[in-house]
Amino acid sequence: MTTLSPSVSFAQAGTGQAPVGYHDDVVKWFTIAAVFWGVVGFLVGLMIALQLAFPELNVAPYLNFGRLRPVHTSAVIFAFGGNVLFATSYFVVQRTCATRLWNDGLAKFTFWGYQAFIVMAALGYVLGVTQGKEYAEPEWYADVWLTVVWVAYLLVFLMTILNRKQPHIYVANWFFLSFIVTVAVLHLVNNVSVPTALFDAKSYPVWAGVQSAMIQWWYGHNAVGFFLTAGFLGIMYYFVPKRAGRPVYSYRLSILHFWSLIFIYIWAGPHHLHYTALPDWAQTLGMTFSIMLWMPSWGGMINGLMTLSGAWHKLREDPVLQFLIVSIGFYGMSTFEGPLMSIKTVNALSHYTDWTIGHVHSGALGWVGFISFGAIYYLVPVLWKKKEMFSTPWISLHLWIATVGIVLYIAAMWVSGIMQGLMWRSYDSMGFLEYSFSETVQAMFPYYVIRALGGLLYLAGALIMVANIYMTIRHGVPRERTGQISAHHAVTA
Amino acid sequence: MLKHHGKFERHSWLMLIGIVIMISIGGFVEIVPLFRLETTIEKVEGMRPYTPLELVGYDVYIREGCYNCHSQQIRPLRDEVERYGHYSLAAESMYDHPFQWGSKRTGPDLARVGGKYSDEWHVAHFVDPKAVVPESIMPQYAFLLDQPADVRRLKNHMQALRTAGVPYTDDMIKNAKADALAQAAATPDASGLTQRYGPKVLVRDFDTGAGALGHVNGMVTEMDALIAYMQRLGTLVDFSTYNPDVATKPDTANPNTKVAP
Repeated sequence: MTTLSPSVSFAQAGTGQAPVGYHDDVVKWFTIAAVFWGVVGFLVGLMIALQLAFPELNVAPYLNFGRLRPVHTSAVIFAFGGNVLFATSYFVVQRTCATRLWNDGLAKFTFWGYQAFIVMAALGYVLGVTQGKEYAEPEWYADVWLTVVWVAYLLVFLMTILNRKQPHIYVANWFFLSFIVTVAVLHLVNNVSVPTALFDAKSYPVWAGVQSAMIQWWYGHNAVGFFLTAGFLGIMYYFVPKRAGRPVYSYRLSILHFWSLIFIYIWAGPHHLHYTALPDWAQTLGMTFSIMLWMPSWGGMINGLMTLSGAWHKLREDPVLQFLIVSIGFYGMSTFEGPLMSIKTVNALSHYTDWTIGHVHSGALGWVGFISFGAIYYLVPVLWKKKEMFSTPWISLHLWIATVGIVLYIAAMWVSGIMQGLMWRSYDSMGFLEYSFSETVQAMFPYYVIRALGGLLYLAGALIMVANIYMTIRHGVPRERTGQISAHHAVTA
Repeated sequence: MLKHHGKFERHSWLMLIGIVIMISIGGFVEIVPLFRLETTIEKVEGMRPYTPLELVGYDVYIREGCYNCHSQQIRPLRDEVERYGHYSLAAESMYDHPFQWGSKRTGPDLARVGGKYSDEWHVAHFVDPKAVVPESIMPQYAFLLDQPADVRRLKNHMQALRTAGVPYTDDMIKNAKADALAQAAATPDASGLTQRYGPKVLVRDFDTGAGALGHVNGMVTEMDALIAYMQRLGTLVDFSTYNPDVATKPDTANPNTKVAP
C-alpha cells in the first residue's frame, strides 16, 4: 500500500534547509471564488427554474430563459466546479508531492485568468454573444483566452509533479492530470471556429451538421466525464482517506478504475444522439460503451466507500465525512441511471424530457456539489489555520437541507420527465395522438414548482455554508501549531 | 500487469503519454469516419445554403438560445413522425455551423415548422406567446420588431462560413445585403436573389409590417429574419425524390439523385 500512502512529511523530505511553505494563498482565493460562484450559479438556477413555472419572470431581452440558462450551466460547471477543482488540485498536489506549487506567479495568473474567463463568458451570454453549443457557449475570443489559462494550469500542475519529493505520483493526481489534459483536448477540438472579423465577437464553428453534433457531444459528455467526474474523483481519492484517517481501500482497484474509466468515458458521447441522423454504428458504439462505463464507475464508488472500512463509526459524528460519503452514494446512483438511460429503447422515452435534467442534477447537486462542500469544509480550517469550522451543527443543517432539496428536485423531474415522455407517445382509442404539445406543457406546472422549491433549499444550504465560512475565518479558534506545514501531509497508512 | 504500474507512477511523462493515448482512441474511432464515409450524409435534392436574410435569422436563433428549449431533430418514432413530420435527415443540417438539433423539448420540435403557421401567427406568437397559445411558457420576443436586422456584417459572416465549407459564391457574398433586403420585400426586385438561391426562395414582408420599424420603408427587422429562417426549416429537401435505400448507398449511381454540393 506504500504507493498510495505518501506518508513522508514535507519536513522530512526537505533538503535540510528551512522548509519553504506550501503556496496556499492561491488555494484560499480559489476556495473563496468557488463559494462565491456557487451561490451565483445556484441563484441563477433557481431563477430559471421559476421562469419555467412563471414565465412572467422573463425580462426581455437580457434575462430571457434562453440567455440565462447558459449563465446557470456555465456558472455551476465551470465557475463553481472549476474553482473547486483548481483549489483542491493545487492543495492536493502540494501535499502529496511534498513540494511547493511550481511558479507562484503563474499559479496566481491561473486564478485571475480563470476569473476573467468566467466574467467574459457570462457577460457574453446575457448580451447575446454565444456559439450556440451547449456547455461550450463562449465565443472564440474567450475560448482563446481559456486556452492560455489552461496551458498555464497544466504547466503549474505538471511541473509541481515533476518537482515532487515523493517517488510515486499519488492516485488523486492521476485523476487531476487526466482531467486537465483531456479538457484541453476537448476544448481545442470542439471550438475550432472561423471568426467573422478580428474585432467581431461572432464566429462560426468549422464543424457542421452531423459531424458538429458528434463532436459537440463527444465534448459535452466528456465535460461530464472528465471535468465533473475524473477531477472530482481526484478530490475523493484525497479527502475521503484524509477525513476518515484510513488508506484508500484498494490499490489494484484504483489502477483498474482509473485506466478503464478514462478509456471508456470518451466513447459514450453518441448516447446523446440516439435515433438522430447520426449513423447507427456510432449510436450503437456510444450505447455499448455507456453500459460498460457502469463498471469502472461503480469500481470507483466501491473504492471510495470501502475506504471507510474500520472507520464507519466516524460517519456518525462527522458531517463533513457525511457530505463526502453521501456524494459517493449519489455518484453510484447517477452512474447507474446514466447507463440505463443510454439504452436506446429507454432513451426513446427519456430523451428531450426533464428526466435528463433530473439525471444531470442528481450527479451535479449530489455528487459534484456534495463532494465539493465536503472538501471546502475540510479546506477552510486548514487554510485559515483554525482548529475547526465555526459551527458543526450548521454543517449538519446544510447537509440535510440540501439533501431534501435534491430529493425534491430529482423526484419532481423523474415524474415530469416520464409523464411528458408518455404523454407525447400516447394514442387514443381512435389511433390519434392523445395530447397536443401544449397540454403536456401545462401538465408540467406542479413539478416545475416543486423543482424550484428543491433548488431554493439547495441554495439555502449553500448560504448557511457561506455564513459558516465567514464566521470561521473571522472568529474561528486558531490552531495551536502555526507556521509548520508538516502537520498536513497525506494519508498515513 | 498491475505490478508494472509503478513505472507510470514514477514517471510523469509516461503517465501523461498513457493518458493521451487512452483518451484519444474512442474519439478517433467515432469522429474520423464521419468525415470519410460517403453514407454519413444522404444524397438528396433541394438542400441549399441559407439566403442572407435566413442567415441573419439563424444568428438570432442562436443568440437568443432557442436551442435550449427547442430541438430540430425528428426521430424515426411513430408518434414523432405523426406529430412533426418526416424524420430528420443528416443532409438537412449540413450547412448548420453549428448544428441546432438541441437536447430538450421544453417547447415543441422545430425541424419542420416551416410553412406550418402563417407569418401573422409567428409575429403574434413572438410578441406574446400566451396570446396565441395560452398554455405557453415561452418568453416574449417583441423586441425583435424594433431591432433592425444586421445586414451590414453579412458579407463577413458569409465569408467566414465559406471558409468553414459552405458553398457561397463570390456573387452571393457580393450581393449579400441587397439579397437580404430583397427577400424581405424591402426592395422591389428579387430576381437576383431567386437566380442565386433558386426560385423557391420565399420573398415577402415576413414581419407583416407590424411594430414601429415595420412601417419604415426599406427597413428589415430581426423579426423578418427570424421568421424567414423558421419558414424555411425542414422544407428544402424534396421528399418525393428521396429514397432512403438509394440515398444512403455509396455505390448506387442514380442519375436522378444528385450529390448535394
